[in-house]
Amino acid sequence: MTEAAIVVEGLTKRFGPVVALDGIEFQVPTRTVFGLLGPNGAGKTTAIRILTTILRPDGGRAEILGFDVVRDADEVRYRIGLAGQYAAVDPNLTGRENLRLVGRLAQLLRADAHARADELLERFDLTDAADRPVRTYSGGMRRRLDVAAALVQRPLVVFLDEPTTGLDLPSRNALWAMIRELVAEGTTVLLTTQYLEEADRLADRIAVVDGGRVIANDTPAALKAQLGSTVIELGMADAARAARAEDLLARTLAVHPERDGATLRLTSDDGARVLIDVLRFLDDQDLTPATLAVREPSLDDVFLALTGHRAQDAAAAAQAGAPPSGSAA
Amino acid sequence: MTTAATTVVTAEVRRASKALRPVRDALAIAGRNLIAYRRVPQLLVFSTIQPVIFVLLFRYVFGGAVRSLPGVPYVDYLMPGIFVQTTVFGAIGTAVGLATDLKSGLLERFRSLPMARSAVLVGRTVADLARNVFVAALMAAVGFAVGFRVHTSATAFLVGMLLVLWFGYVLSWVFATVGLAVGDPETAQAAAFPVMAPLVFASSAFVPVSSMPGWLQPFAEHQPVSVTASAVRALVLGGDVLGVSTTSYVLQSLAWGVGILLVFAPIAVWRYRRAV
Repeated sequence: MTEAAIVVEGLTKRFGPVVALDGIEFQVPTRTVFGLLGPNGAGKTTAIRILTTILRPDGGRAEILGFDVVRDADEVRYRIGLAGQYAAVDPNLTGRENLRLVGRLAQLLRADAHARADELLERFDLTDAADRPVRTYSGGMRRRLDVAAALVQRPLVVFLDEPTTGLDLPSRNALWAMIRELVAEGTTVLLTTQYLEEADRLADRIAVVDGGRVIANDTPAALKAQLGSTVIELGMADAARAARAEDLLARTLAVHPERDGATLRLTSDDGARVLIDVLRFLDDQDLTPATLAVREPSLDDVFLALTGHRAQDAAAAAQAGAPPSGSAA
Repeated sequence: MTTAATTVVTAEVRRASKALRPVRDALAIAGRNLIAYRRVPQLLVFSTIQPVIFVLLFRYVFGGAVRSLPGVPYVDYLMPGIFVQTTVFGAIGTAVGLATDLKSGLLERFRSLPMARSAVLVGRTVADLARNVFVAALMAAVGFAVGFRVHTSATAFLVGMLLVLWFGYVLSWVFATVGLAVGDPETAQAAAFPVMAPLVFASSAFVPVSSMPGWLQPFAEHQPVSVTASAVRALVLGGDVLGVSTTSYVLQSLAWGVGILLVFAPIAVWRYRRAV
């Protein structure tokens, strides 16, 4: 195995009565993308805040490139870049001034900070807007500037907290391409996301987080294999017919759907085959579904498979117990 | 995003010397905050219109009803109080500014950077000091325009203004603590008022303390705004005229400032390190 860029061991953090992290553990090899996947309130942001030295953990330890995030916080800060959930740029400064400021505060020499700002503005397609105050920027432009700011000091480890939230499709695709380039150049990236598709497209490994713990840690392929790569949802006319269909499918076809009211949900690696068999069988039994959906597994499906509860329920539970500021998310 | 030939990671990044880091970072932050005053002139206009209205209000509306000290025209009594009051009101800007940065996530970015831990607070308070220099000069001009006269010397007046600026700087650490504690600009504005109101109004800034009820007088006489207003008054009108010792008031005011700074600077830094 390659040397680990990030090592997290038994990290805990409480905010009053709320347990945000409950012994989270994972390792990220250098030059890879690691995805923390989970619903709101799972502890993703808290984990990033601890790894970027913004918060101190209550227990456990974490190292970035061999430096402890508490004891060697300053050494860690020389090596990381952070783009948080909100575009953390000064709206009154221009794009160029923002990047130069970050460069100076990252202790770059003045000339280097200026050159680096120009370089990143070019790379993120912000050259035309470089000398306008950021408050005139669109949401997508701010977000790009924010990610650019995270890269000013050429960090070896980059943290992106829900980087594509609120981005339109072209901006999202551009950012994904950017992340792949970063890794090709030798950077290690840790990103959080609520979207399985995003984690799947970008990450070499995914840790699924729920209630401040890692409940699965695997490659996207393995996770999806565990899950089935296709989800089939059959909407029956009523719950009674759904129950009868569930029973018949299990006995006759050895297919075991999950039933939720009048809805049956199947996951399979061989979606097309299962779909044809199931529909033919149900039609013969005069149990033709009223609605039909075939889709990729969502975060919700991952959660259902791994925890037995839905991601929204976890989010709701976390929110009910969270402090009013919601800052523990 | 262009796939330029620029690489993100290079073997070596040149860094500036560590020795001057606190000063350099504080200046970078102060510069950033001063740009905001230039880009959003409303910030500065707002912080000057209010004190000008106070001058006009007390000089021409309430002033006639106030019994000034014997032999001192009310406008001469008033202006030293106005100078101090202006800096107290101005310090609210420190609270609002820091709360805004906290809410926007900017403080999080700063705290993930290898910058001096003191720089955000020192930079903010130094920028607010620079703003106070401008506001104080403007208020002096307004004062002279409405009839304020210095009875002593230009030097004594300048020392008085320096005392006002020092006091304003100290107060911005108090309001920095308030801003970081509440973490929201609107709340910061609301939370700052109850801190500020008793200091400004239960003081000798606008009316002599002797006109207040007996139970209020001990507080009004010795609290920092009164002491500083009296010190400036003694400097510009002459302590012997007022029957007090100029040196004693100036020393009391300086002592208050040092005391407040020693208490609130560590609290503000502590809050800054914990704020998210």
